[in-house]
Amino acid sequence: MKTFDYARADSVADAVAARGRFIAGGTNLIDLMKLQVETPEKLVDISRLDLNRIEERADGGLTIGALVPNSDLAADPRVIAKYEVLSRALLAGASGQLRNKATTGGNLLQRTRCYYFCDTAAGCNKRAPGSGCEAIGGFNRIHAILGTSDQCIATHPGDMPVAMRALDAVIVTQTPGGDKRRIAIGDFYRLPGDTPQVETVLEPGELITHVELPAPPAGRQLYRKVRDRASYAFALVSVAGVVTMEGGKIASAALAFGGLAPMPWRDAAVEAALVGQAPSDAVFAAAADALLAGAKGFGTNDFKIPLARRVLTACLKELTR
Amino acid sequence: MSLIGTLLGREETRSLTMDQPHPHSLLDQGTQGVIGRPLDRIEGPLKVSGRATYAAEYPAENLAYGVLVRAPFGSGTIRDVVADAARSVPGVIDVVTDYPTFIRNPQQGGEMKAPTQGVQKVDYHGEIVAIVVADTFEAAREGAALVHVDAEPAEGAYVFAAHRDQAETPPPDQIPPTTSQGDVDAAMAAAAVTVDATYTTPSQNSAAMEPHASIAHWQDDGTLVLHGAYQMVASDQSQLAAALGVAKDKVRIVSRYVGGGFGSKLGIAPESVAAAVAARKLARPVKVAMARQQVFDATVRRSNTEQRIRLGAGPDGRLTAIAHETLATNLPGEDFFEPAGIGTHFAYAAANRLVDHKLVRLNWLLAGSMRAPGEAVGMLALEAAMDELAEKLQLDPIELRRRNEPDQDPEKQVPFSSRQLVPCMDKGAQLFGWADRHAAPASDRRGEWWHGMGMAAAVRSNMLQKSSARVQLTPEGRAIVATDMTDIGTGSYTILAQIAAETLGLPLDRVEVQLGDGAAPPSAGSGGSWGAGSAGSSVYLACELLREKLAKAMGTSPESMTLKDGRAIADNRAVDIAELVGDGLSALGEIAPGKQEKAFNQASYGAHFAEVKVNAVTGEVRVERMLGVFAAGRILNEKTARSQCLGGMTFGIGAALTEELVHDPRNGKVVNRDLGEYHVPVNADVPQIDVHFLDERDIHANPIHAKGIGELGISGAGAAIANAIYNATGVRVRDYPITCDKLLEGLPG
Amino acid sequence: MRFTINGQSHEAEVDIRTSLLDLAREHLGLTGSKKGCDHGQCGACTMLVNGRRINSCLTLAVMHQDDDIVTIEGLGTPEALHPLQAAFVRHDGYQCGYCTPGQICSAVGMLDEVAKGWPSHASADLDAVTLDDAEISERMSGNICRCAAYPNIVDAIREVAGERDEVAA
Repeated sequence: MKTFDYARADSVADAVAARGRFIAGGTNLIDLMKLQVETPEKLVDISRLDLNRIEERADGGLTIGALVPNSDLAADPRVIAKYEVLSRALLAGASGQLRNKATTGGNLLQRTRCYYFCDTAAGCNKRAPGSGCEAIGGFNRIHAILGTSDQCIATHPGDMPVAMRALDAVIVTQTPGGDKRRIAIGDFYRLPGDTPQVETVLEPGELITHVELPAPPAGRQLYRKVRDRASYAFALVSVAGVVTMEGGKIASAALAFGGLAPMPWRDAAVEAALVGQAPSDAVFAAAADALLAGAKGFGTNDFKIPLARRVLTACLKELTR
Repeated sequence: MSLIGTLLGREETRSLTMDQPHPHSLLDQGTQGVIGRPLDRIEGPLKVSGRATYAAEYPAENLAYGVLVRAPFGSGTIRDVVADAARSVPGVIDVVTDYPTFIRNPQQGGEMKAPTQGVQKVDYHGEIVAIVVADTFEAAREGAALVHVDAEPAEGAYVFAAHRDQAETPPPDQIPPTTSQGDVDAAMAAAAVTVDATYTTPSQNSAAMEPHASIAHWQDDGTLVLHGAYQMVASDQSQLAAALGVAKDKVRIVSRYVGGGFGSKLGIAPESVAAAVAARKLARPVKVAMARQQVFDATVRRSNTEQRIRLGAGPDGRLTAIAHETLATNLPGEDFFEPAGIGTHFAYAAANRLVDHKLVRLNWLLAGSMRAPGEAVGMLALEAAMDELAEKLQLDPIELRRRNEPDQDPEKQVPFSSRQLVPCMDKGAQLFGWADRHAAPASDRRGEWWHGMGMAAAVRSNMLQKSSARVQLTPEGRAIVATDMTDIGTGSYTILAQIAAETLGLPLDRVEVQLGDGAAPPSAGSGGSWGAGSAGSSVYLACELLREKLAKAMGTSPESMTLKDGRAIADNRAVDIAELVGDGLSALGEIAPGKQEKAFNQASYGAHFAEVKVNAVTGEVRVERMLGVFAAGRILNEKTARSQCLGGMTFGIGAALTEELVHDPRNGKVVNRDLGEYHVPVNADVPQIDVHFLDERDIHANPIHAKGIGELGISGAGAAIANAIYNATGVRVRDYPITCDKLLEGLPG
Repeated sequence: MRFTINGQSHEAEVDIRTSLLDLAREHLGLTGSKKGCDHGQCGACTMLVNGRRINSCLTLAVMHQDDDIVTIEGLGTPEALHPLQAAFVRHDGYQCGYCTPGQICSAVGMLDEVAKGWPSHASADLDAVTLDDAEISERMSGNICRCAAYPNIVDAIREVAGERDEVAA
């Protein structure tokens, strides 16, 4: 770990003015700093800012402070009652200790667990642009099948952001210039393309202050995660789903996927294949076809293609029951 | 050397070589009533309160911190270790390289010679080539990241499949690589029913919770005191002394508490030599704890294997042929091979037999012993093949095994010292409810889950090793047991105290056990499950001699004296032991293997039962319950013995379902080099596990009649799970671990 | 920086990069908290900070100004064990002992979470949590025990949780 300057921010204005790398829970950043995957020159400690409340808005939605720990968010009675998919996703992630420390804002920015990204001896375009991607041609069991590029096939490892993607969350930020931005989660992440080191649309020094959840969705919600251990393991495939039924037909569907792509994945074509249809094996197969039309395996992750199909189908059965 | 030992000069010693059976044991005659009982660990309060001190936790004046530097390539020769940038980091004292002395490969357990040294030649990715020493850990870590290793790369062998055809027969070591009887090919051709199947197992890592660590502290007299994390102190001292080029008596290793070993701490690891070299150069103590990633990169792995099993049987299920041919891997020049066929030598009867091992040379980190080398992966193959055969024969798997029970060692034609495989299976079947198993696979679907049951046999050879211990009786009537034996979680502290308490008639709290200090009498150490039998016997023998001294002091014979609760009772007299001790009594006990080793096949046995559920959508496997029934001689402490079995069985869960050390095909590097991606079982992966022991004494093993148990629990455990998965789904996966992706395609709809 | 550890107020001047774990182990002589992975992947370093269990390896000491920190040494002594410590001894909830301080600190924090009604991945109903074995196992899965004392750890925690319930009732 390289040494760095450290400053504790007392206000959001202080924080963005400090022009450094923000640290709150630190569970991912310190991990990567120890490996020298991350080498910030200045850390701005935002952990004591007043951003740790969950508040109801007039429109029925929730505004979640960026510093609300994963544990508290998962256990919040309003989240449990109205956004069960989010509670379930949070509880499927990491461990009790990590959830106690990891924050809402930080978890959105969690970096990939790609083995080659985490080892400075390996070529990785995300960590060291231009050094190649050793995951391609290497061991890529945990890697992406959707949204990849020839520069990077890493997955976003998170669970919470997958649920937020299905819930159409909005990420609220403060820019270094003092402006407030509201970014739909669908616009927040960027695909790797030729610049896998750029993962979100955040500008340097821009601080996530809140996450807004729209008014609670109607219908049935679920989060399903497939992993190699029964607990404390990242998703091979996960699905966050919110579906409403009307008159025996699917009236609305929001489906987001983890473990498959460089970002929490959502594809309008999947939902288009479902909405207005009566649930059936054929309809579910069409939705899976839509999801996986562009899927590409890289060897040891090929199994994710049939696995995603099976999990999506099972989730749809459950959601349309 | 302790004060008493020195004063006494030639210490009175009771030695025993196991040339004859030892039918009488003081442990059966003791009246203290502590042997065998499920007593709490005597060091428990220290462990649960954080006061037990592990290798890296000893204070030292003027301590410097070392962080190791790896070679970030798979094969080559170092031109230069460029360390200018590291040296300029504030707090960095030095960057120490010593190519000839640093060890290239850790040493195997029990060897007395130096490990393979010389790190200018790099044989595997992650080899430790330098150490950065600083005033603080943080500075050393920063410095280590700045060291550049300039090298001339070389071609390496990194892919098993590409080199499997160049397998060679390893030189015979303690275990012969090949044995055969009869004609397997002919018997297979003539057999009514056959199985010919190939199973593969990946590299694994012991992943003990405590990473390897050393504090090296050279004393003014030129002695090195090294607080280390080691399983076998005496041989580790020899290895370290040889590596450092100093006399054997100039190295003292102290390993009072060891945070797990499972084989990974049997031989000297790179951090000890690096710490000692740096401490010598800087003339101050140096502490090095390996990073978890370095433990994966540069300590020791269990070899991957490819195992072909051939079984030929008559229509009645009686085996006519057994062949177990294994390909294992290791570094060039390293002759250890994973002896996967070790249990196959005597597990079942059959006239025609072949057990063979070959080595494929790869530039992957050293392969060595991990918990139950041989049986742990060999039984994954053999016992799955037996399950396949049972199905072909339409026989219950227990019945198939019963029909192939040998009446003596089928290769060596010597009797078994004890063998309760069939009683283990029968008891297990009864306790587990085996009769409820559906014989036809994929017949029990509950919601989204397929349920199934499987069983497998457990066999594990029993070994005795030379071991010694000193037991002193103090004038206060307390006993002090001292040996360099280690407790790596096995329960050594407690069982040695129980043996001393039982034989000397002392309450347990009047026995103190001092372990892990190389200044104490050398022991067998913790390896090969021989610790309890070997070290325990040495304590027993010392105590036997002390009993004679007490009897003499009392003017009676040991046979007519009873020791209980700190009092000696004989001839209608009862006196406090303290009154008989005088200024203190001391005795050395020494046990050594003898003719009983060859005259009898000594092994422990067991039967595993598992119920699993397999998700019909995802192929995820969950173990619902497990039972192990074991016969391993006298159980010295039912609580710690049960825990050993729980641990072994859970290793079996990991081997069956999740554990795979992955090597990159381009440079051999361990790809998943952390606990986030090398998946050892977590709490939620492990159900409540039942363990049951059968009563047994083995008079051929040692005078305490106990046999090893630390490795028995893993033998066959994973196979029971694999067989249960087959029973649940009808899918036979022969490529371990059985991760969900391997089941997906075959899952019934 | 100033903080309270095991009820004692401390002031320390450390490298900005020092983790809370290394502060305890290397600077305060509190070696009970263990370093098993240094990356939040094993739980051996678990401490209670302001009452919550966290991985002390993944947090910087400097971020804990004024915090109230409890390590295994603060829960009990060999002579006066915390009920969970005593239960771990009784049920053999350990073998080598290296993960044990983290397991016990984690269990203390976990039982508080249950008392607050926090659900887990194992909760069928997120609103109504009952602490069965599956719940204990899931909630303790952030603490790896390679010796695999898991069933005994569950037994120890179940016993102490049961005693608490009796007291509460």
